[in-house]
Amino acid sequence: MGALITLDQVSKTYRTGDIAVHAVREVSLDVGAGEFVAIMGASGSGKSTLMNILGCLDRPTGGRYVLDGVEVSELDRDQLADLRNRKLGFVFQGFHLLSRTSALENVELPMLYARGLTATQQHERALRALDLVGLADRADHHPNQLSGGQQQRVAIARALVNEPVLLLADEPTGNLDSRTSVEIMGVFQRLNAGSASRSNGQGITILMVTHEPDIARYATRTIIMRDGRIVTDVPVAERLNAADELRRLGPLQPVGP
Amino acid sequence: MRPLATAKIAWRALRRNPMRSALTTLGIIVGVGAVIAMVGIGNGAKAQVEAQIASLGRNVILVFSGSTTASGLHTGMGSAGTLTVEDVDAIGREVSGVAAISPEVRTISQVVAGNQNWATQVLGESPDYFDIRQWPLAEGTPFTDRDVRSANKVAVIGRTTARQLYAGDSPIGRIVRIKNVPFVIVGVLTPKGLSVMGTDQDDVLIVPYSAAMKRVMGTTTLRSINIQAASATLLASMPRQITELLRQRHRIGPGRDDDFMVRTQQDIAEAATETSRIMTTLLGAIASVSLIVGGIGIMNIMLVSVTERTREIGIRMAVGAHARDILMQFLLEAIALSSLGGVIGIAVGIVAAKVLSAVANWPTLISVGSIAVAFLFSAAVGIFFGFYPARKASRLDPITALHYE
Repeated sequence: MGALITLDQVSKTYRTGDIAVHAVREVSLDVGAGEFVAIMGASGSGKSTLMNILGCLDRPTGGRYVLDGVEVSELDRDQLADLRNRKLGFVFQGFHLLSRTSALENVELPMLYARGLTATQQHERALRALDLVGLADRADHHPNQLSGGQQQRVAIARALVNEPVLLLADEPTGNLDSRTSVEIMGVFQRLNAGSASRSNGQGITILMVTHEPDIARYATRTIIMRDGRIVTDVPVAERLNAADELRRLGPLQPVGP
Repeated sequence: MRPLATAKIAWRALRRNPMRSALTTLGIIVGVGAVIAMVGIGNGAKAQVEAQIASLGRNVILVFSGSTTASGLHTGMGSAGTLTVEDVDAIGREVSGVAAISPEVRTISQVVAGNQNWATQVLGESPDYFDIRQWPLAEGTPFTDRDVRSANKVAVIGRTTARQLYAGDSPIGRIVRIKNVPFVIVGVLTPKGLSVMGTDQDDVLIVPYSAAMKRVMGTTTLRSINIQAASATLLASMPRQITELLRQRHRIGPGRDDDFMVRTQQDIAEAATETSRIMTTLLGAIASVSLIVGGIGIMNIMLVSVTERTREIGIRMAVGAHARDILMQFLLEAIALSSLGGVIGIAVGIVAAKVLSAVANWPTLISVGSIAVAFLFSAAVGIFFGFYPARKASRLDPITALHYE
């Protein structure tokens, strides 16, 4: 399996006055297609900066970054935006949905910046993405009418709607209670395993920043950062299965498919 | 660029804040409404003045007797009586392009009919006068060239004078005495309304100039000459010809002032419409201030909106919006607000103008042109005042914007 992501000696240095802050120091990393990677580390360890670089929101000051065959380091702002639109999906800790906007319209958002889809196609795809996270019946609800877990699932649907190659999740369970967190991990694991999530049936690659070791155990691989470097990079030994965990927690509330 | 999608995004954003959108639009509504109403009032006044100018006749040139200087005393224009009937004949003979010509004398006189009397303007004219002024008769026939040659005591009466002297009766065939000289009324003029100066043009009695000069006023000189040029293009060249001819006839040496004055209808029209043009400009300028204030309101709201929606901008950028998309979105929001305000403002302005017409009895005129200009101007206000906030939004850094609280 070819690498979806290749980081080669990537560095990021911020300059404030005469002081140089090395947020990321010469990190090299390969992530294959279909992996589910949890990135952990204390605050200030550089994991957020690394996520921004991986998410094409920020450019490294040194090294090379190749995403799905594209040399990212050389792209300009608009090309980065197009790349994010086509290849990446974002899930944030604070959900980041547009308020006073229906779930469906929120999910349609990335398609408004894509090319070649009619309004009807956008509508259908948004509905399919909502169905995938089990919220097809909440399409016309506004974010303030949805629970935290439901909002995060709308955000996941939005991240999936353009069929990205990579899903980037920044503390996706940070604002959720433990049971809802497990539900979200269940959604991730299903997406990662493949099935209906994409038109080619292949599972989606996920990179997830988290500071909760429990949550990291739902991934397939754990990377721990400290002082801008990767200090640990290991496969998850005893991987948790969200479906089993939910069964163990008992049927408190109906869980999405 | 995806203009349709961007328009859709902008529309959704405006719909999310209906109250704010409505209040912002209100500023533009007031501004555009004020401009439409004020310019409507100005144009109405101008149109009224133009109508009065047109009532002078078509392609008219007026020659007034000038002032003379006698023993160091300057008399006013028209008072000196430097023009004669021979001058009129000479102009008719030697100046090309004269379609009609009428010598004019005038006096204010107490006229008497039966037991009624009335002070009115008595004009001595030739039959051409009715063509020059484009002043048809409502009743009867005008006097003829033969009446002029014989200085016949016939008169054509204006509507106001007729009403004063004969109330509702037909004046045709009745006798009117001007300074005790009896004249037979042969025709009644159609009403013409107020002149440029605001005098009632229908308060008049018109008689052959020969009769007026010999039998009423006892004068041999004219107050003025009314000339109609054969075409509008001749209006430019004829005054010079007339001036040269009259200077020659009056033996005025080079370097000496004319003892007469030549004015074309255009000269008079320009002077008269100048005032209303200034008024229109002034009213429009004052109203524009409120439109600009409305524009500043849009800028203010858009700036607040950009700050408030910083995270939304971050989200949009994260999912693939170009800086240009963000710029266009906020610009379109501003333009939508201002042009919506423009459309409603035009309606409000038209209604306001109609109300002013009805209540204050001011003439108002709203042209398609002023509506189009007001609409385009309101859209331009949106672009102008929306650009700065939009550019500010488009220049945000996606990471900073995403984490903005």
